[in-house]
Amino acid sequence: MRILEGEGVTKRFGGLAAVEQMDFHVDQGEVVGLIGPNGAGKTTLFNLISGVLVPKPGRIEFKSENITGLKPNQICRKGVARTFQSVKVFSNMPVFGNIYLAALFGNRNNLTSAEAAQEATDLLEFVGLSAVRSSSAQDLTLANQKRLEVGRALATKPELLLLDEVMAGLNETEVAQTMELVNKIREEGITIVMIEHIMRAIMNVCDRIIVLHHGKKIAEGSPEEIATNETVVQVYLGE
Amino acid sequence: MKQTTIDIKNVRTLGLLLIGVLLLATLPLYGSPYSVIFTTSIIMYIVLTVSWAIFSGPTGYLSLATAAFFGVGIYTIAILGEEVQLFAVILLGGVASFCLALLVGALTLRLKGVYFAVFTFGLVELIKHVLLWYEIKFTGTRGRFVVVVDNTTIYYIMLAILITLLITAFVIRRSKYGLALQSIGEDESAAAHIGVNVNVVKTITFAISASFMGMTGAIMATRWTYIDPYGAFKSLYSFMPVLMAIFGGLGTFYGPILGATIFAYLEELLITEFPYYYMLIIGSILLVTILYMPNGLVGVVQRLQRRISGGRGANP
Amino acid sequence: MVTFLDIVIAGLLLGGLYALIAMGLSLQYGVARVLNISHGEFIMIGALTTWTLFQMGVSPLVSLVICGLLTFGLGFIIYRTIFRRLLKSSPSIAAFEGSSMLASFGLMFIIQNIVLIIWGPEIRGYSYLAIPVDLAGALFGANRIVTLGFAIGIGLAFYVFLSHTRMGKAIRAAAQDQATAGLMGVNINHVLALCFGFGAALAGIAGVLISMSYPVHAFMGFEYTIIAIIVVVLGGMGSIPGSFIGGFLLGLIGSIVTYFEPGLALAAYYAIFVILLWVRPTGIMGK
Repeated sequence: MRILEGEGVTKRFGGLAAVEQMDFHVDQGEVVGLIGPNGAGKTTLFNLISGVLVPKPGRIEFKSENITGLKPNQICRKGVARTFQSVKVFSNMPVFGNIYLAALFGNRNNLTSAEAAQEATDLLEFVGLSAVRSSSAQDLTLANQKRLEVGRALATKPELLLLDEVMAGLNETEVAQTMELVNKIREEGITIVMIEHIMRAIMNVCDRIIVLHHGKKIAEGSPEEIATNETVVQVYLGE
Repeated sequence: MKQTTIDIKNVRTLGLLLIGVLLLATLPLYGSPYSVIFTTSIIMYIVLTVSWAIFSGPTGYLSLATAAFFGVGIYTIAILGEEVQLFAVILLGGVASFCLALLVGALTLRLKGVYFAVFTFGLVELIKHVLLWYEIKFTGTRGRFVVVVDNTTIYYIMLAILITLLITAFVIRRSKYGLALQSIGEDESAAAHIGVNVNVVKTITFAISASFMGMTGAIMATRWTYIDPYGAFKSLYSFMPVLMAIFGGLGTFYGPILGATIFAYLEELLITEFPYYYMLIIGSILLVTILYMPNGLVGVVQRLQRRISGGRGANP
Repeated sequence: MVTFLDIVIAGLLLGGLYALIAMGLSLQYGVARVLNISHGEFIMIGALTTWTLFQMGVSPLVSLVICGLLTFGLGFIIYRTIFRRLLKSSPSIAAFEGSSMLASFGLMFIIQNIVLIIWGPEIRGYSYLAIPVDLAGALFGANRIVTLGFAIGIGLAFYVFLSHTRMGKAIRAAAQDQATAGLMGVNINHVLALCFGFGAALAGIAGVLISMSYPVHAFMGFEYTIIAIIVVVLGGMGSIPGSFIGGFLLGLIGSIVTYFEPGLALAAYYAIFVILLWVRPTGIMGK
């Protein structure tokens, strides 16, 4: 079943097309990797899906419902959550507060504060941040801040999770831990689309990979297919 | 463990506030007429500062529109004061400011940082000059007379507004909307992405804070008997709350109260005899606060407390 | 009989002054990121100093140099002592913009009231070049034409300075991106302080020119600060050519509105300001 579907999605900045005439789809339960050189339009696509930007023209459907033009907070409450390329944690709030807030406002079942607190505690455990729950978010390491963002996104009880370079800037061990976390999230039945530059991670974790270049989709397929695709190797892997 | 410390602190604060309220409520019984007038001025500044801080404190949106909402209240009573009962006029002043703030909030949601600050500032001036033009052109006079109310009544109404405001500020701070406001100040787009309806939260809070400014304007205007656009929409009323709140400590509940009290007291003390020195002191205090006391007076006090109590209170 | 041409000339005369005032602020905001609310106080210092010097027999044209240097020095020192410290302690540029604006409010109060203590609140004026000149059938004071000439001259000189000299290029680089400019070997702290100084100098020079045609007093500054902010918003925050053009545009608008409804001139300024901020915060020249 298709959980997300885009049709002719286009976004221009001035005259420049950041994303052009893109058709894409994501199936329920999949982990889809989004790769491409810098400036290929990956983050723009996330911004279009999550409602920061509105495609013009184009149409985006989530669970067969048209979500084009909805505000980020509405799309969040439909069940799409995301993280950010440059971390956007609430730095002066405690780690717990970050996640609690998301459970309180993002969950479409409108949790009571007690339920939200319980949810936040569970999620802290899930992403492995229980030990630092009272620390200020700004005091965390980058790896932990990225985990916190994932936890905060999960607190909104998403069905689709958009991960924007959650592994960038992390060391080997942290990357491995994050891959583990991604697998754990998928086991919860959450569909994932992830932008990543670390090929090893992408190849390992993803069921399917979409390759973007200059705002267009140039290839799509299983990790094996992508690894051997000539165009992809030319523009991206072989650089 | 953490929860209990917070609660004890709150109980203590609440107790102190109750004693304060009791002392204030009986002031006309034991205080001189002058002290009543003086305290009214202080309360006015506290109300303007705390209501400003309700919105601008957590969100970081630097609003310079206080004078606009204050002035709308003043003009509400100047226009309706004769016909409508006093309490109703004051409420109407609040409602008018609430509506104006809703409109302004809805229009300026996109503006950030200094853009929002200069916009709100320009708004005050725009209203002032359009009103001035209108008055001279269509009513033929520059100013208006305001109904006279005795000082004790003004005092009690201001006190009632203050108490309502403090309760409102406290409730907002403790509610989930207080958290939402804070998240907007931290990172607005991240807040939107976790489901906070940032536009609604911002606009409503802005309007609530404005309604207190409007009510204050309505009742305080009765003390001045004659008002004109320049006096009613004085940009100083926009700046003072900002200065007072920053001086006291923006992030805390009682910082703005403390800042407003000290400044208002200083004003009363100095402005008639040494107006230039008063403004010079205000400027210097503001500069020193921004440079050396990022968390205001409350921040300094907390730091001192920590140093005095050594390790004990260092990590609350 | 006032003709359309008269309105335009009056607008240009006013606009030249506005452009000059705004360019200084634009430089300070565009490069140093300080929306300097005390900008008008530097104008006031220039104007009052010129008045005092005039009483001692010094020509305002000489004062242009004296006041330019004086306000430059003052601005430079203020940046080095206050804003640099603030920049260092600010977590982000946005935070710095907010706190530096507030700090400049404090400066405004301080400068204004020190001047009040020294000079007192009296309104003063002197007569210089107040010879009527016939421009297209209407009479304008020679001093106002001199003001326009200086405004255009300084505007052009500034443009050449920014686009053709090494220092000018460094300033533009810093305006684009402070961090990168720093990497490129531009001594960023020095450039920022210089820009703030230049902005203050432009204000001081404007003050000298203003004192030739208008009364001067300790409270005059804020009004000009407002005008400068309006022009800067009109031209696009931080764009110096935008401020130059915006100044003339606002002067023209002011002159036209004054012709039809004198009481609405200031209201018109603010209306343009508020509407523009609302629909096009990047200004007429903004991208």
